[in-house]
Amino acid sequence: MNAATAPAPAVETAAAVLRLSDVNTYYGAIHALRGIDLEVHRGEIVTLIGANGAGKTTTLRTISGLLHPRTGTVEFEGRDISHVAAHEVVRLGIGQAPEGRRIFSRLTVVENLLMGGFTRSAAENHEQVEHVYALFPRLRERAGQKGGTLSGGEQQMLAIGRALMGRPRVLLLDEPSLGLAPILVQQIFEIIGEINARGMTILLVEQNALQALSIAHRGYVLQTGHVVLTGSAHDLRENEMVRKAYLGES
Amino acid sequence: MSVVQDLPTPGGARGMRTRASAFGGRHRSLSITLGMALVAAVLPVLAGVPPFSSFQPQAAWIDGFTNAGVFVLLALGLNIVVGVAGLLDLGYAAFFAIGSYAYAYAASPFGNQILGINVQAALGDAAGLVFWPMLAIGALVAALFGVLLGAPTLRLRGDYLAIVTLGFGEIVPIVFLNSDAVTNGTNGIGGIYRPYLPGFGAYSATNPWPYYITTVAVVTLVLILCYRLVESRIGRAWEAIREDELAAAANGINTVTTKLLAFALGASTAGIAGVLNTAKLTVVSPDQFTFVISFTVLAMVVLGGMGNFWGVAVGAFVIYTINNVVLKSLNQFFQSVGVPILKDIDFLQLQFLLYGLALVAMMLLRPEGLFPNSRRTRELHADVVPVEEDAEGEAAAGGAAGGAGEGGR
Repeated sequence: MNAATAPAPAVETAAAVLRLSDVNTYYGAIHALRGIDLEVHRGEIVTLIGANGAGKTTTLRTISGLLHPRTGTVEFEGRDISHVAAHEVVRLGIGQAPEGRRIFSRLTVVENLLMGGFTRSAAENHEQVEHVYALFPRLRERAGQKGGTLSGGEQQMLAIGRALMGRPRVLLLDEPSLGLAPILVQQIFEIIGEINARGMTILLVEQNALQALSIAHRGYVLQTGHVVLTGSAHDLRENEMVRKAYLGES
Repeated sequence: MSVVQDLPTPGGARGMRTRASAFGGRHRSLSITLGMALVAAVLPVLAGVPPFSSFQPQAAWIDGFTNAGVFVLLALGLNIVVGVAGLLDLGYAAFFAIGSYAYAYAASPFGNQILGINVQAALGDAAGLVFWPMLAIGALVAALFGVLLGAPTLRLRGDYLAIVTLGFGEIVPIVFLNSDAVTNGTNGIGGIYRPYLPGFGAYSATNPWPYYITTVAVVTLVLILCYRLVESRIGRAWEAIREDELAAAANGINTVTTKLLAFALGASTAGIAGVLNTAKLTVVSPDQFTFVISFTVLAMVVLGGMGNFWGVAVGAFVIYTINNVVLKSLNQFFQSVGVPILKDIDFLQLQFLLYGLALVAMMLLRPEGLFPNSRRTRELHADVVPVEEDAEGEAAAGGAAGGAGEGGR
């Protein structure tokens, strides 16, 4: 903890859309999250970086309701959602592109998108599909193709597009760069920036810390279930520990 | 599902789509009804001409077709659970038993006495009228038990669910067997009223036609409902769950209630089949509901083509007919002709060996079943490489979809 610690809490509290307070999550007996405090403000991109097993995905799953904290609270727009089921969290306005994309590989691209709009009416979906196509023209070209035949980059686009179909106010992205060629990573991050520029609040989990910090406003560094460092993306990029541990500099 | 593929044309697509699916829905119900009517009309004709008429008299064929219809119902119900929602249920006969006993209680002197009612006193000779509401009540009772079993167990996955349902399938007949006071134990409940419908021919052991027509009508109705369901929102949710349960939840699908619904609807279909079967046999006993029933119905679903209702219906029909007519006829044929060796084989005893061989052959040669669901075919003949599930860790996928294996089960 040094120069890059959080700014004055009072400012944060005002606009926090998503707030985790002292969250402890377990997988059975394994204590995966050890008192996570985290806030995401409206309109921000916040990134969680950290090594394998640091608890990044667990944090996202705790927010999205796929896991529930044993102690501590998750608040979304002032409402405690710590123990709200995953399908309800989607309805409340939190969309998720899960780890490993998990698209429905035997459904077509359109069918995948419509599945993402499961909580919405047919009319809303029809409109939203067009928004998603505008964002990812590639998906329009592939509309009738099976999800499993898409390239990795296209699958990632589909996963993000599918999450957007539920018309979330906060988007959770879990390792969107995973397994993608560098050029595609660049492209995906540009689109994430664009989605944000249109007003979407985004919580981004990434191992690719350099890329993540380049588009994020703020970041949290996780280590073995703790937040060890937090601050503006700029400060984190300059932070010596981050540079050594996550940006591959010696 | 196929109707949405024309979505990419922007504008106007929606109107087209809704119109197409509305038409598709009505059209489908009509074509199912016509198809079933055609089948129902052709089967008796076939049964009356050689070579089929040489196997057994036409009345025996009609009776056999009716019994086959009961199995078609069972297969349609199990197809919702196993084929569509992807939940392996090995104890399906339990719901068949529950539906059967439900009718026995409502429509026999012994059962009425247990329930403290008297249908015969109230309706007299028309006691069989109780059959009609019992079709619905039997379905409800079975669905209730489906929910009771499903609620605690559907959190289990794959193998574990299979084992629990296997246990349930064994427990239910044993309970009926050992609760002598209320079920008459091993002797079962007899004297069950045959259905009655004013203005319709008498249901009797010697006249198979009324049962045949009733069964065809019920199968038609269930078939229409199955198609309606699968093409609805619920059907999409089932499909998502079969593909990838976690992703389904992340898309806002309540996986617990959706799976429970599949279980309950599957169970209710078995309940209807039970009511129908018991009304025909007029007796119910625990030994009718062995694991063999569960297994046979599962084989029908797998051989017919998981997920495809017509395929499953045909599969069930064919297997039942082979079991109960063809094998018997083979015995008679080889004996009467006097073929050495073959005439000494009892083909009825080989039934399960033949099943086993057929299943093994199917899994090797045509795993999607005789009449596959198009999506299942994609799953099993994967030139489509499914997306690798476990992705935390090595970024090994290298751009393309990595890994193989049965995606989201």
